Amino acid sequence: MYRYDEFDADFVAQRVAQFSGQVARRLSGELSEDEFKPLRLMNGLYLQLHAYMLRVAIPYGTLSATQMRRLAVIAREHDRGYGHFTTRQNIQFNWPKLAEVPAILDKLAEVEMHAIQTSGNCIRNVTADQFAGVAEDEIEDPRITAEIIRQWSSLHPEFTFLPRKFKIAVTGAPNDRAAVRFHDIGLQMLRDENGEVGFEVWVGGGQGRTPVIAERIRGFLPKRYLLSYLDAILRVYNMLGRRDNLYKARIKILVQQTGVEEFTRLVEEEWQQIKDRGFDLPEAERRRIEAYFAPPAYPAAETHPAALRAAEDSDPGFAQWLQASLAEHREPGYGIVTISLKPIGGAPGDATAEQMEAVADLAERYGLGEIRVSHEQNLVLPDVRLSDLHALYQGLLDAGLATANVGLVSDIIACPGLDYCNLANARSIPVAQRLGERFADLDRQHEIGPLKVKISGCINACGHHHVGDIGILGVDRKGEEFYQITLGGRPDEQAAIGKIIGPSFSYDEVTDAVDNIVETYLGLRQDGETFAEAYRRVGLDPFKEKLYAAH
Amino acid sequence: MPLIKDGRLAEDRWTPVADDEAIGADIDPIVSLERWQAEHETLSGRNRPIGLRLRSDQSPAAVAEEVERFDVIALEFPKFTDGRSYSHARLLRERYGFRGELRAVGKVLRDQFTFLLRCGFDSLEVADERLAEAFEEATSEISHVYQRATDPGAPIWARRHGPAALGSEAACTGS
Repeated sequence: MYRYDEFDADFVAQRVAQFSGQVARRLSGELSEDEFKPLRLMNGLYLQLHAYMLRVAIPYGTLSATQMRRLAVIAREHDRGYGHFTTRQNIQFNWPKLAEVPAILDKLAEVEMHAIQTSGNCIRNVTADQFAGVAEDEIEDPRITAEIIRQWSSLHPEFTFLPRKFKIAVTGAPNDRAAVRFHDIGLQMLRDENGEVGFEVWVGGGQGRTPVIAERIRGFLPKRYLLSYLDAILRVYNMLGRRDNLYKARIKILVQQTGVEEFTRLVEEEWQQIKDRGFDLPEAERRRIEAYFAPPAYPAAETHPAALRAAEDSDPGFAQWLQASLAEHREPGYGIVTISLKPIGGAPGDATAEQMEAVADLAERYGLGEIRVSHEQNLVLPDVRLSDLHALYQGLLDAGLATANVGLVSDIIACPGLDYCNLANARSIPVAQRLGERFADLDRQHEIGPLKVKISGCINACGHHHVGDIGILGVDRKGEEFYQITLGGRPDEQAAIGKIIGPSFSYDEVTDAVDNIVETYLGLRQDGETFAEAYRRVGLDPFKEKLYAAH
Repeated sequence: MPLIKDGRLAEDRWTPVADDEAIGADIDPIVSLERWQAEHETLSGRNRPIGLRLRSDQSPAAVAEEVERFDVIALEFPKFTDGRSYSHARLLRERYGFRGELRAVGKVLRDQFTFLLRCGFDSLEVADERLAEAFEEATSEISHVYQRATDPGAPIWARRHGPAALGSEAACTGS
């Protein structure tokens, strides 16, 4: 993974000192809360319902074991013993004291981490495929591009006061695990007819109150033009994006209102003016960054360890966990393991300090010391020898991290909701917990198969409900929490926005409603169809009929 | 309003004039784009320097062909979160070749100083003289930059590899 050199380290140290000065000015009263607000927001510090919340960047979701241990220390010393992994591959601490924030940032800087641009109307922490570098289907590790973007966007003088927040995602594989079509800019790597690697450029996707699938504005951008092309898009957006209405300020609205053809023309025209003018990264620097992501020298490992087969036969819990958690690795004899942060009855994405330390230990013992955070709020150990899987499973069991539900109905994405967030209309986490309990029977979950339930506590859609197989949106109806259900959303290369099935349900009804939809699916599926495949075949109506017949 | 130029409080010899205000014979006015366009001939005919003021929703493309007529161009920041003028400043400097004084006016706060200088501004109109004292610290807090902008400062990536590796334009474009 990427390591800071003296410049990176110095840059972060200076930024911490600068922010610490801003905090001091706030604490002394020199800055009012109004004046402090935009400054703290540029460094991931929000004022939430009960306290400050600090969002720490985990660039493209990659962490070392050392960094994970440091997050555990922060959770223990400055929070209430846990942290919350987010859908943007970051971590949030919900209870830090303002006066302690500089100390937290110092502790992060020591392990090459920061909170720069995790909030505010600027280019946010860039996200990537959580299987980057190890996925079978990958053309190039997207983290090289993501790291280049991270550096370029850090305190970019022109793009720090954009109309609205700006999110960029990169995938290096045709199977899109980074939801690039739902980002302000999505970069999908591909090869052109000559075998050269470049990007397909998608712009104007997003969720929120106006969900939009991005438009493809360029079929192929050579890698060497990455930054000048991003500069061109951002400049057009910075100058023309709406600033009169917070809800119409994202680039998706600009693309819609300008029209994709005209928008593309503006970007290309701007790009022609700035390409080949020294704004792109020199090849030597690209190669320097690339070298950090070179695949490690994998020690040879057994491809079909007999002990693994034996453990599967003797330990049904392990066999079930393996089925949910293991993904194919490009290196024979190795596997990618997803660790569920969705225990039945737990808050999605939460991990205790002890669990973080356990994951760090396991990553070193059974992997190469690297950990990933997925946008589905789980953790990933990217390099596990197949022969170590059973021992890893037992270690995870001890840490309470072996829930065998990855990709299944209780592997729910949920925003913090009304329990923490001052924007929310309704609770999200308790809905996820109730659903988890309803589907607690793992055999039944495995019988149901892959199914993504996503819950947002308000129309800002932080819980990605628009792209869930089953999406749940909390709404306020005369002071009461209600939940609107959508079906058929997809975040991947077959991007789709879920359709509203009908009138919403009360807090007490929503679990039954989801159960009803799942039962309908089980009744109509053919030949092992997944929920998504069945939905595509039959559409909304059969689900709707059953759901509202029961009420 | 106090004016910071080259890092110090400076005398302001320019007079902002409202659109309906007469322009005295002995002043150097800063006029709006509307007034410049409406009174183009009269204003160009005056035998004194002239300044232009652009709102953040007015693109400098409107004066791209005639920037050399202005000794000063003032770009507005109606709110400090309105970042359009950063792009406008870069266009004026890098594309339209404006070499005069580029002035940031409106909500100009200490924590923007570095960004403003990097986008080509060389004078800052601020609300409080004390900001001039803070200028030195505010603009030296972060000494590294990761991207090329209008300022001549070398980005971190150029310093990593040294001038030899990046000497030619071909090197910059990767080829």
